[in-house]
Amino acid sequence: MKHLLSPLDLSVEETGQILSLAEEMIKAPDRFRSVCQGKKLATLFYEPSTRTRLSFEAAMLNLGGSILGFSSADSSSAAKGESVADTIRVISSYADICAMRHPKEGAPMVAAQYASIPVINAGDGGHNHPTQTLTDLLTIQSLKGRLSHLTIGLCGDLKFGRTVHSLIHALVRYEGIHFIMISPEELRLPSYIKKEVLEPAGTPYQELTSLEDAMPKLDVLYMTRVQRERFFNEEDYIRLKDTYILDKQKLSGAKDDMLILHPLPRVNEIASEVDSDPRAVYFKQAEYGVYVRMALIMTLLGLQAPEAQF
Amino acid sequence: MLNISGLNSGVVIDHIKAGRGMDIYSYLELDKYDNSVAIIKNAKSSKMGKKDIIKIEGIPDFIDLNLVSVICDSVTINIIRGGVIIEKKEPSLPEQVTGIFRCKNPRCITSIEQDLPHSFRLTNPHTRTYRCIYCEQEWSRA
Ligand SMILES: [Zn+2]
Repeated sequence: MKHLLSPLDLSVEETGQILSLAEEMIKAPDRFRSVCQGKKLATLFYEPSTRTRLSFEAAMLNLGGSILGFSSADSSSAAKGESVADTIRVISSYADICAMRHPKEGAPMVAAQYASIPVINAGDGGHNHPTQTLTDLLTIQSLKGRLSHLTIGLCGDLKFGRTVHSLIHALVRYEGIHFIMISPEELRLPSYIKKEVLEPAGTPYQELTSLEDAMPKLDVLYMTRVQRERFFNEEDYIRLKDTYILDKQKLSGAKDDMLILHPLPRVNEIASEVDSDPRAVYFKQAEYGVYVRMALIMTLLGLQAPEAQF
Repeated sequence: MLNISGLNSGVVIDHIKAGRGMDIYSYLELDKYDNSVAIIKNAKSSKMGKKDIIKIEGIPDFIDLNLVSVICDSVTINIIRGGVIIEKKEPSLPEQVTGIFRCKNPRCITSIEQDLPHSFRLTNPHTRTYRCIYCEQEWSRA
């Protein structure tokens, strides 16, 4: 039984296989439309995350499978105090694979220990969100044609931003990656990530406070949201949230083929005037999120891609 | 020279950092042990200045002496039989420790599910780092 709990559960090779399968799906989605016929995906969402849940459900429906599940803890047996272990033992007999979102860190790991079906972590608190990382990797891979030899700018909340931490973990495994961290002093990347991830991998990085200074060097700019709930007081939030807003003006110094990624939803960190710029690929990224989840579901279910018909 | 007077057969946990003796006593659950147990606090040590020592009469079979090294890295364990030290061990770090320490991360699934066993995996032997198998938070000795 193989689960996906952390982005690092997949080797570089396994990651590559999932991304290649997803790229085949992007090219010829029809070929895959009945691969999961008769299979069921359970979406077990103990906290609401409409975007992630719909992405999983769309993925399974695109593969010809069916879906069941719940979308918040109060509509589920958890509200009656049932343990994750008991829930997953029951769900294992209803579905063939499941995606679990839980506010507590490690809950999908508990589920994996008791499940007899593959468990996909769809986000566990501030801990892991591996399908977001796979989405980011697929977007870069398919639009840049590679995951190596890239200068990647990470901008915004680098202190609490889980997606950024996971992306760093995943990308240090590729050659020639260079990070430029762009954040206010208060929201800098935690030192344990530098000491435990970047430095052992020998991945070069710079820390800047100015987005404009970083812009000309970047192949990819990964924007993140500055979340209100991360701040102890409202003044700090208001002071910092607008610091790194990407607009046409700041974008003028960027390379013509730079990619702008964002895990969405955005608040105002990317001005809507940027949306029409060909470098803005965050909506494409959301679309790719469905393909990568399709590839992941197929892989974890051990299903083969049907032969191409010519 | 370690003073083992009064102990014919048992275990002496020596070179405990001063102040950690009680922690080791409680993690090993020696309060549940019927034989005599002595904790010596702030004993003079040429190596360490001050140290704690625990002397246990008999060899309790319910404890994993390797656990001692998780809590304090300076310890040595002496097995006593017939009034003499028959074995000196430097305990090795166990790969996984279950049911002894608690994860203190309030965001961890173990904080809301009472029946889950708290379990930690050795993730870096050099820094003696243990992380919760669920949330990966580092277990802190403090
Ligand atoms: Zn934990």
